[in-house]
Amino acid sequence: MTAKGKVGAFILAAIFLLSVLAPAIYPYNPHEINLDALKQAPGLHGHIMGTDQEGRDILSRLLEGGKISIGVSILAAFFAMVLGLTVGLVSGYYGGRVDSFLMAVVDLILAFPSLLLAIGVSVVLPPGTLTVMLAIASVGWASFARLTRGYVLTMRDAPFIEAAKAIGCSGPRIVWAHIMPQCIPLALTLMTLKLGGYIITEASLSFLGLGAQPPAATWGSMISSGMAYIGSAPWIAVFPGIAIAVTAFCFNLLGDALSSAKYGSGLRKEKGLI
Amino acid sequence: MGFLVYLIKKILITVLLLLGITFITFSLTKTLPGDPAISLVGERASPEVLARIRQEIGADKPFMEQYLSYVKMLSRGEMGRSYATRKEVLEEIKAKFPNTIKLALLAMAFAVPLGIGLGFFAALRKDTALDTVLSGASITGISVPVFFSGLVLMMLLSLKLKLLPPSGTGGLRFLVLPAITLALPSIATLARVSRAAVAGIVDMPFVRTAKAKGMSSLKVNAVHILRNALIPIVTVAGLDFGSYLNGAVLTETVFGWDGIGRYAVQGVIRRDYPVVLGTILVGTAVFVIMNMLVDLAYHALDPRVRIYGRGQG
Repeated sequence: MTAKGKVGAFILAAIFLLSVLAPAIYPYNPHEINLDALKQAPGLHGHIMGTDQEGRDILSRLLEGGKISIGVSILAAFFAMVLGLTVGLVSGYYGGRVDSFLMAVVDLILAFPSLLLAIGVSVVLPPGTLTVMLAIASVGWASFARLTRGYVLTMRDAPFIEAAKAIGCSGPRIVWAHIMPQCIPLALTLMTLKLGGYIITEASLSFLGLGAQPPAATWGSMISSGMAYIGSAPWIAVFPGIAIAVTAFCFNLLGDALSSAKYGSGLRKEKGLI
Repeated sequence: MGFLVYLIKKILITVLLLLGITFITFSLTKTLPGDPAISLVGERASPEVLARIRQEIGADKPFMEQYLSYVKMLSRGEMGRSYATRKEVLEEIKAKFPNTIKLALLAMAFAVPLGIGLGFFAALRKDTALDTVLSGASITGISVPVFFSGLVLMMLLSLKLKLLPPSGTGGLRFLVLPAITLALPSIATLARVSRAAVAGIVDMPFVRTAKAKGMSSLKVNAVHILRNALIPIVTVAGLDFGSYLNGAVLTETVFGWDGIGRYAVQGVIRRDYPVVLGTILVGTAVFVIMNMLVDLAYHALDPRVRIYGRGQG
């Protein structure tokens, strides 16, 4: 992997580790309201990133938000991958009407404005982290399905499949034991590529108030509550914004590096990774 | 003839698609735990009032009956009244939709030339420092959420430099900031795609031939390279329209621009189902029409592509 990819992976690991360890190593509580320290500017007096409109320490909220945002995005990506992989395998191996129908659904979802769709899902379910996860996954599975299907098609007539058929493997066994393992690396690569976008979708849904509910801190909701103070206390919204951008940037860097290391630029295009 | 068949087919598919979307959205809103009657008049309203309101908005009838009467209403060219404001949803959308279109068009006017131009330059200077800087910038562009870049622009250009109004709906002065915000991720995506498309072409034999026979490099770039790179670029630019709809939801909310994106968000937050249904329907319709235009643009750009009738191959 390239140096850029390694840098991305390292920063992500650092952010995630700090978020998880924050309660043990950082003195401030993300939910503790302190009316004596409202909207304190960032500085070396203890609140490194300042405090928000309720006097809560921003860095501690940022770290808690990181746990939620990154955790939700990774879990959502995992759900999307499992569902997409299943659909893609079925569609690619069995072909015919099943394939046409499933791919029509995939096309529809890929074509539709994803945030509107995710908002639609969040309207139905009560707002919260699980809803955000389902909203992202219910849109995201389509690209995994498309990619897997294409890959399955390339090996449906390969000699090793023919051999498996000849010794009497059943259809499900061929799909499960012979084809699926080949698809996993590709699906994992796509997952890394997609995570940057999922981080942003998660933040957008939380920004609109459809994500984890107060008092939980998420990066998106921190920005929406800091918006009102953008003139007098810009740090309330700016730090979470930087956090989102850096995290998404690192995921994109990592995804790019991983996909070109494994699949090269020509093959990436062919496989629909870009 | 072929074109007519294509058009009729497309229209039929579009109508079916829209019916499907309304059915899904409609059934979703009906399975919701909340009661719109309560959210309309509050929990302390008397049972009689609640019953009357449920009857008024039709919430007391069985599901299929409600759905059919909704479709019937649509076929009369109505979308019902907003629960919250009692205004006709269709009238509201008619009033707000031009604002969203203005925003999207100005954003495209920024994004398309800038995105393609930057991608083109990066590809012609492949593997130089400029290329690296531009590719870093384009990854940044897709990594910053629009509601944050919008906020930063608002902070710098309106609050600090006082060049433009921070938010509200009005003339061009109000439109510039949201349009730039909306254009940013699109510039980044277009630059990435254009770079990849052009980089694949600059080393092709026909480009070498054109150069070898003494064609000026400007002409080679414009005639041979750009034209061949346009297909993937148009695909992305057209499909990116979906991201404009996504982005409009957020940018309009940040900048208080009175378009249908913001209207949709208000509908969602207030659980105002006629508004949610209407905006999603219009959003989908716009989207399908855009995709059709992209199809047609293919046809115009590349005679090898036959989207209707029987081509030569």
